[in-house]
Amino acid sequence: MPSETATTTQAAYPSRLNAFVSGLWRIVRSIHLPLSDPFAMIGIIIYLVFFLVAVFANQIAPHDPTEILFTESYDLAADRLPGEDGFVLGTTSLGRDIFSQLVYGSQSALLIGLTAAAVVAVIGTIVGLISGYFGGVVDMMLMRLADIAFGIPFLPFVIVLAAFMEPSIWNVVFAMALILWRDTGRVVRSQVLSLRTRAYVEAARVSGSSNLKIVFRHIAPNILPLSFLYGSIAIGWAILTEASISFLGFGDPETISWGYMLQDAYASQALSTGAYYWFIPPGVCIVLVVVAGFFISRGYEEILFPKLKE
Amino acid sequence: MSGVKRFVSRLLQLVFVLWAVATILFLIFRLMPGSPLAAYIDPTFTEEQQRILMARFGLDRPLFEQYLIYLWNLLHGDLGESFFYRQPVGERVLMLLPNTLVLSLFSIILAYMIGVVGGAYLAWKRGSFVEGATIPFVLTTRAMPEFWLGMVLLAVFSFSLGWFPAGGMRTAGSEYPSLLALYTSGDFWRHLFLPALTLAIYFHGLPLLLMRSNMLDVMSEDFVTMARIKGLSNWTIVVRHAARNALLPVATSLAIAIGYQMQGSVVVETVFSWPGLGRELVRAVSASDYPLAQGAFLLIAVVVILMNLLADLLYGLLDPRISHA
Repeated sequence: MPSETATTTQAAYPSRLNAFVSGLWRIVRSIHLPLSDPFAMIGIIIYLVFFLVAVFANQIAPHDPTEILFTESYDLAADRLPGEDGFVLGTTSLGRDIFSQLVYGSQSALLIGLTAAAVVAVIGTIVGLISGYFGGVVDMMLMRLADIAFGIPFLPFVIVLAAFMEPSIWNVVFAMALILWRDTGRVVRSQVLSLRTRAYVEAARVSGSSNLKIVFRHIAPNILPLSFLYGSIAIGWAILTEASISFLGFGDPETISWGYMLQDAYASQALSTGAYYWFIPPGVCIVLVVVAGFFISRGYEEILFPKLKE
Repeated sequence: MSGVKRFVSRLLQLVFVLWAVATILFLIFRLMPGSPLAAYIDPTFTEEQQRILMARFGLDRPLFEQYLIYLWNLLHGDLGESFFYRQPVGERVLMLLPNTLVLSLFSIILAYMIGVVGGAYLAWKRGSFVEGATIPFVLTTRAMPEFWLGMVLLAVFSFSLGWFPAGGMRTAGSEYPSLLALYTSGDFWRHLFLPALTLAIYFHGLPLLLMRSNMLDVMSEDFVTMARIKGLSNWTIVVRHAARNALLPVATSLAIAIGYQMQGSVVVETVFSWPGLGRELVRAVSASDYPLAQGAFLLIAVVVILMNLLADLLYGLLDPRISHA
């Protein structure tokens, strides 16, 4: 009977959904999202808005961001001012819709920002955990690697790397994975050094827990907020780096990003013609996303270092 | 560990990092696809000429031998010859280095002046409306892409208002007998102002936030309470007692900031067509001028590494309570 199957799936669905939601909620709680801090809340809201824009870009953007547009009388719709001919933010000097580019730019920004942040946080945390917990030769080698990473100027390194590889937004993520784990790694390491002497770690060791279990079951959960602090800063770094690389002309010309828009505007003399509507919006979007990361990280700092709050 | 021993071990670490960075750079430039001479060799060159060229750059030898030659040359300060300028790379980058340093130093000094005074002031005004409104603003300046800030300043103050020149280091056609004469000319400073302001706005957040949090720490210490009990004025306490002690870590961060500034100069120099090391690196990479790109990168890296070392040493020197493990 169709009605019966409908009720059984309906019954099964909510419970699975409940399990999913409660699982998700447990993860959210374990990373200690700083929900009580007003700044952190603003940051989270900014992320949510950009996330929704990125997901529904197809519905929001009125035009294809790379399409060269024409008016009804078949004139090239180039250098239209905001509002003119129905273009919300005007058009580029090649007749592309600026608002649509802005909307699609959120996709690459979030894609790069979130992957780079995840990569940096994961590598840095694992290096810090291993280095801090095991010490000795492993620690020495990992920390010398960190020294080298600190000696490499980051942006020049990305430029050199981007020049040799196929133009792609992933170059930035790759370069960050190679270099920027250093900060997270060092901070996590020093935190682990103090955690490993705590009584509960000692207790776990005495009761026969393996090293692996102690590191990942007992120590790792305590440094997760720290990883997220550095992760939320890394989102901003990734977006800023991608923008700089695109601006310098080493970005992926196939991908519309805010950095690409700024490079396009700069190269098309938008500065001297006073086309503020062209180069202000992408910059403002970058600032909003990056500052959202800072606000969230501030919330984490207050959880991690309650002394600051006084 | 004694001071001398620490200094020596820190110096050894410096040499190690320099060697590692040079090696990584060698590998990046040699293991990448395509002949490094592709940009140099004219299609009209005969096979024989190409072979001679390859031999001249040592590219016909095995990779490990090339590596040893590369290290040997580096030790002698020989960075090779630029494909584009047909001029020794060392000469070229050393010519550009002062331009970058002047821009970096001036903007750093500006940033630290704003930052130190602003940070101390905000700590004094703890909990006030001014503090509440300023901190998010400062964080916002840290979140701006430097090149975008430069673009906005350029559009407003140069193109729209016409107060400052639109780029470069001096008015086209002007001649100066020496570098000193150039750096002291009014024309140079008019060109310097906007890029330096861009970097200063971007960078003032670091000393400001640091100064503020240090001040808050210091203000809760016993000797400040003592000064209050003695009945000293707020001004005397903040400036004579608290600020002096809060300045130590800020001074240390100066060296690290110079290192970061060198990296940030890459984009700002490009926006303002400032003839410095960063812009040269971008141009060299775009033009596949590998020796020049390699030389510019190495020089930037050397400054960064030296500044890291300086920061470490300053830290121990200024605050003897810090012991290095």
